[in-house]
Amino acid sequence: MIRLEGVRKSYGAVQALAGLDLQVPSGCIYGLLGPNGAGKTTALRILCTLLAPDAGRAWLDDVDVLAEPRLARRRLGHVAQDAALDKILSGREMLHLHGALYHLSRDITRRRVVELAAQLDMDAWLDRPCGTYSGGMRRRLDLATGLLHRPPLLVLDEPTAGLDVESRYALWAVLRQLKAEGTTILLSSHDLEEVNALADELAILDQGALIAAGPPSQLKAALGGERITLKLREFTSDGEASRALALLQHQAGVSQPVVNRAQGNAISFFARDARLVEVLRQQLQDHGLPIFCLSQSQPSLDDVYLQATGRTLMDAELSMATTRDTKAEQKAAMR
Amino acid sequence: MTGLTANSPSDASASAWAEVLQETLALSGRLFLQLQRRPTTLVAGVLQPLIWLVLFGALFQRAPEGLLPGGLSYGHFLSAGIIVFTAFSGALNAGLPVMFDREFGFLNRLLVAPLRSRYSIVLASALYITSLSGVQSLAIMGTAAVMGNGWPVGSGLVVVAIVLLLLVLAVTGLSLGLAFALPGHIELLAVIFVANLPLLFASTALAPLSFMPPWLAWLAALNPLSFAIEPIRAVYNGSPTWSTVVLEAPYGAVTMGACLLVLSGLAGLLFLSIRPLLRRKLG
Repeated sequence: MIRLEGVRKSYGAVQALAGLDLQVPSGCIYGLLGPNGAGKTTALRILCTLLAPDAGRAWLDDVDVLAEPRLARRRLGHVAQDAALDKILSGREMLHLHGALYHLSRDITRRRVVELAAQLDMDAWLDRPCGTYSGGMRRRLDLATGLLHRPPLLVLDEPTAGLDVESRYALWAVLRQLKAEGTTILLSSHDLEEVNALADELAILDQGALIAAGPPSQLKAALGGERITLKLREFTSDGEASRALALLQHQAGVSQPVVNRAQGNAISFFARDARLVEVLRQQLQDHGLPIFCLSQSQPSLDDVYLQATGRTLMDAELSMATTRDTKAEQKAAMR
Repeated sequence: MTGLTANSPSDASASAWAEVLQETLALSGRLFLQLQRRPTTLVAGVLQPLIWLVLFGALFQRAPEGLLPGGLSYGHFLSAGIIVFTAFSGALNAGLPVMFDREFGFLNRLLVAPLRSRYSIVLASALYITSLSGVQSLAIMGTAAVMGNGWPVGSGLVVVAIVLLLLVLAVTGLSLGLAFALPGHIELLAVIFVANLPLLFASTALAPLSFMPPWLAWLAALNPLSFAIEPIRAVYNGSPTWSTVVLEAPYGAVTMGACLLVLSGLAGLLFLSIRPLLRRKLG
């Protein structure tokens, strides 16, 4: 089990984690979902002992990460988003270096490298210098270094970021296999499809805080009924959006209506059942409100995020992209 | 899934020292593999001082006999300075691989591993640079010998080895400290660039103290490089003992023993002074 309790971390004036509580059950794939800058990488770096929190505690099974960091490192396999490979060394040499750093004997390392090369389909290129590897090869080698010592807990930071579809599915298959073998996997992602496809449970992070947690199906079901997106006009004015919102807030069978400013003041809400749509259409007309677009679908993880934060994950990504100081973050990540 | 490191027999039986040794050898092995595949550092580290030895030696080849202390030829005089300069320059670059590992995130990869001691990262760099500087210094000593400038024998060779080792350790400590203290490789290269030649010129590597204006003579007599150069020069010039005066400094006579003491103190002091920084960065 992986557990974080009241973890806080700030980089200067920027608060990365605002008292994060998280519990990852054993033997499952747990997704940490959130836009870039939500605090996912910071949380993982704290778990991996690369970063000390300002406050709070962290455990890997019964090991207190802050009190016994070395013991924690032994239990953990870490696949970082930005860890470099030594371009001059071959993949096999990299794995042997890691074997020595985990104090494995040469025989055990050699055996594990053979196993992992077969499991991750690395045989054809493992003896080539790392500098010649594609993104997919690098990620597979990263995963192999994380798995070399057979850790019971595996932490992956954006494991498929930048990968082609084929490499992505191959990596997913490996993660599912590891889970079947009993490994507890915590992976961070801002990819809804990935989390939806892999995670037994997930936590959604926004601005360093947990905003929702549970199995994906449960989180989506909790939104209830049909997900409706209403656009009065292509670009609706604030006044009209507010009037429609007030109408929806008083309509029986409608829940959690929110105005999504980033999408031209589109209004998202959940309707108890599909028949309500016709009633709403009539009511909007009665109040002199036009309908540009009215769409309905089953709730998605993005809806869960939208309902909790008032913006979609993509909007959050775009908004963070303009406010993040990636250079300062890079400096903060440097030891 | 069972972890291989948590309860494996090797973990139970292996001592902490054996694990530190395993880590250190693996990390230095990586640096040696890099060197083997990209030997430019080694070649450049030999070529630069070699050029100095040949060009500077030729420049003052016709200097009047008896001008230098002890009636040495300039070639003889210069050899000790260039040998020390070789070891010094090599050691000054010790922090570069560490800095690149910091910048590119490779250091984080190492720090996620359950290293018995994170000082093995520093130890591996020191081992690598000491070996590299040793090879480079031997190459220069060999060239100097071929040029007729002599080769230390017996205890003299031991003195040369000890002096170079102390100097390399001291400068390696300094360079590693800078690699963790400075924000990036540009800044580290700037410090190396600024420190390298002025320290060489403000020492007794190229000229004796008597040739220098008083202010420079004071600087050179306080420069740690001079404390490394003069014992080696004395070895090349005879069979000095611990009490042999090897440098007539403006503040008094400096013996061979005093030079070694200063170099030992400097190495110890530099490693002690970077410890808090290393603890903060690696702890």
